[in-house]
Amino acid sequence: MFKDRYGYRLPMQIGVPREIGDARVAATPKSVEGLRSLGYDVVVESGAGLQASFEDSAYEAAGAVVVADAWGADILLAVNEPSTSQIARLRPGATLITFLAPRQKPELTRELAERGVTAMSMDMVPRTSRAQSLDALSSLANISGYRAVVEAAHAFGRFFTGQVTAAGKVPPAKVLVAGTGVAGLAAIGAANSLGAIVRATDVRPETAEQVESMGAKFLHVAADQGVSSDGYAKEASADYAARAAELYAEQAKDVDIIITTAAIPGKPSPKLITADMVNSMKSGSVIVDLAAQGGGNCELTRPGESYVTDGGVTIIGYTDMASRLPGQASQLYGTNLVNALQLMTPEKDGQLVVDFEDEVVRTMTVAHRGEVTFPPPPIQVSAAPAPAKVDVAPHPEPVQKAPRPWWHQVAAVAATSVVLIALLTVAPSSFVALFGVFALACIVGYYVVWNVTHALHTPLMSVTNAISGIIIVGAMTQLAHDDWLVKALAFVAVLIASINVFGGFTVTYRMLNMFRKA
Amino acid sequence: MYLSNFINATFIFAGIMFVLALAGLSKHETAKKGNVFGILGMVFAVVATNFAIAYSDVVEHNIQISSAILLYVAIAIGASIGIWRARKVEMTGMPELIALLHSFVGAAAVIVGFNVHLMNPGSDLLHSIEVYLGILIGAVTFTGSLVAWAKLNGKMASKPLTLPGRHWLNLANVVVMAGLGWWYVESHSMVPLAIMTVLALWLGFHLVAAIGGADMPVVVSMLNSYSGWAAAASGFMLDMTILIITGALVGASGAILSYIMCRAMNRSFISVILGGFGDNAVADSGEMGEYREAGAAEVATMLADADRVIIAPGYGMAVAQAQYPVAELTERLQERGVDVRFAIHPVAGRLPGHMNVLLAEAKVPYDIVFEMDEINADFKDTDVVLVIGANDTVNPAANEPGSPISGMPVLKVWEARNVVVFKRSMNAGYAGVQNPLFFLDNSVMYFGDAKASTQALLAELPAPNRVPEVARA
Repeated sequence: MFKDRYGYRLPMQIGVPREIGDARVAATPKSVEGLRSLGYDVVVESGAGLQASFEDSAYEAAGAVVVADAWGADILLAVNEPSTSQIARLRPGATLITFLAPRQKPELTRELAERGVTAMSMDMVPRTSRAQSLDALSSLANISGYRAVVEAAHAFGRFFTGQVTAAGKVPPAKVLVAGTGVAGLAAIGAANSLGAIVRATDVRPETAEQVESMGAKFLHVAADQGVSSDGYAKEASADYAARAAELYAEQAKDVDIIITTAAIPGKPSPKLITADMVNSMKSGSVIVDLAAQGGGNCELTRPGESYVTDGGVTIIGYTDMASRLPGQASQLYGTNLVNALQLMTPEKDGQLVVDFEDEVVRTMTVAHRGEVTFPPPPIQVSAAPAPAKVDVAPHPEPVQKAPRPWWHQVAAVAATSVVLIALLTVAPSSFVALFGVFALACIVGYYVVWNVTHALHTPLMSVTNAISGIIIVGAMTQLAHDDWLVKALAFVAVLIASINVFGGFTVTYRMLNMFRKA
Repeated sequence: MYLSNFINATFIFAGIMFVLALAGLSKHETAKKGNVFGILGMVFAVVATNFAIAYSDVVEHNIQISSAILLYVAIAIGASIGIWRARKVEMTGMPELIALLHSFVGAAAVIVGFNVHLMNPGSDLLHSIEVYLGILIGAVTFTGSLVAWAKLNGKMASKPLTLPGRHWLNLANVVVMAGLGWWYVESHSMVPLAIMTVLALWLGFHLVAAIGGADMPVVVSMLNSYSGWAAAASGFMLDMTILIITGALVGASGAILSYIMCRAMNRSFISVILGGFGDNAVADSGEMGEYREAGAAEVATMLADADRVIIAPGYGMAVAQAQYPVAELTERLQERGVDVRFAIHPVAGRLPGHMNVLLAEAKVPYDIVFEMDEINADFKDTDVVLVIGANDTVNPAANEPGSPISGMPVLKVWEARNVVVFKRSMNAGYAGVQNPLFFLDNSVMYFGDAKASTQALLAELPAPNRVPEVARA
């Protein structure tokens, strides 16, 4: 902890460096306010936000101090991975939060660990609902998806929407989105709102609902696929790949624009669109490959470039799609970082606490106290029902009891029946008949009551209360007895039972009268 | 001959009416019909029995005038008391009334049991057992319901009564009662019956006194079940099928309701019945950080800016009689185009469905009232959640292990952008567990009596900006 000589803890300093070769910045004036509200001091490198249209003066107005070099701060917030020279400028014991790609670049993580830096990678944020507010990959994917459509529209020589004009009819553009993660869904939304006909496909058939909700048609591949357990797509099986290839080949001939988003973390991107398919596309068509970073989903993608093939198809393989909307990307990412720090600043006193008990923090941290802490222990989350809206409590759900084997119940019922049969055999016959009525009534009651909606439980209770006043009937028969003691007792019983009967029904009636529909 | 057939036939159809009554209550649309079926069944049964009293006498042309007069007088008195009480009761006092009514059934069952003994002291083994059990169940229901009633209306502290070794006391009690039963069956003497009645009355008192206020919904429905079994037991002693059918229906209904309640609280039925919910919890009510307090104006501004609002009411709303101002608030917000919905936890209030009844009383349409499972996923898209007098049912500590309410499903109000907690003070809820919700960044405390607070809020809420439809488009 940082204390002055009186033992007062000084707030930690957050440094925001200027990114090299990237228009984005890890903090905006607005997110600086958020950081300061957590108790931190913030220093920003001069000119850090210029390319994202944030002036130094705006940072100063938000309470940051503009400095020439921010790498000496206690906590570094960055967008890109640090260069070797930048790592050398980090103070041992400092914390670095940025994209580190620990799977692809283990040596970088090792270097950071050796430097004694606590390194947290924003691409390691687990896809749980608690961590959603710091899921920077989703923020960036959202932007990339939108930008992919804008790029495609720019390169595409025609309208997206169909029109009938005095100068003739314009057919709508047909867009195929491959991979329906956050980027894919964002692309679907953007293309749809421009008026195109949008189709989409994914190895996870459970995303069909989301695709349809965004206004696109989901193309099913006729093969079985497992549900992914960690919210990210897995590599597909051979049979599936063959059938998917058929689907893509067929679609390539038909559609004008293909946007591919099938990136698998830490692995080369699957090749979905072959050179043959590209050649079968109409001249003037556009392919935007958002997986270019991992080699691209299209065989002909040149990562980082946009070019036109001999067949007249434009293939856009930019790897900096998000940074092409630097203002928006910085704002969203900055907010993700504020949320991350909020998680690690429980007291809001400007003191960073790295708590390995917190699975989000644990998973993000790739180097801590000189040691590499990657890979983290696995967290299993199924993202099947809704886009990453799976409820995951900070602690695992209480373990469900294993269901008992089916025959336990049968055996219990059978044993009870046998015992009861034995008992009834020796009971008087009048009792046996009554018992039959009793048993059937219990069963009828059981099935009838299960159907009652929750909202009607109180009326149900007051009705059953009223009808349990049926005991009045028993008391009534005793009224006829000659013994005056019995008569007197029966009188009291009839009286109180009728309070119950009349009171119960009246209350129920009152209650039910109140229920009304709008 | 014909008379006896007539009576039995009427009983069969009375039973069918009762089944239809319960079936009708399964849906809002048919609920009123269900109640009328119940009344019809009761009329059938009472009218038929009316003849049965004088059954043998009619044949002998010797109608017992005195019995008949006693009957009509008793019913008239009972009816007027019952209807008077039922019309007068506030909807918030419903749980007490129902608990009290249960005690009447218990008392009636005890009296009927004693009468059977008096009328026929030397009956066979089976009937002796039936009489004994009928009185036992009736007596437990009687005192148990009275204690529940006293706890619900505050005449008794809601804190569980924990006598040392209380489980052993109960066990010893049951063992002694079994012994007395043996004695009674052998001797047909009044003495063991009387001692047992006293013991059973004590058992009922002690069982319910040991259960904390938070578990009262379960207790009330459990007593409902007991009252049914008591009626069924009377049916066995008197050889009357109608009592058995009805008793079994009520017994099953109460048992299922208790089960549903327990499941909603993630508690085992046994542990609720044996009490001890509040045992270790009361100590843990220390403050857990700082909370933010807001005034009416601040909350009103928050609501004015909101598009989606969910109201999560609890017992506090019932206590303060705040359902009318809450309904008015709902209307006002709807006029402003705000999407207002209600989220009802299965154990909110002191009776199953308690909140629904109160909201219905204040004429909140039931199609904007949702139960927990229907609405829990929507909190995260909600701008403001108003937690009105609820505490344990919105406690995020339920997701953490080690808390007395761990694992209990709760309303995830904290997922909303803002949570306003209407509360009288920072005291812990019925379960005696501190609520971390109050200390979250997105929650503010709005202190005061729920009714007064809501009215203050209404006064602060700016008038609806009546934008003409055309301009909006």
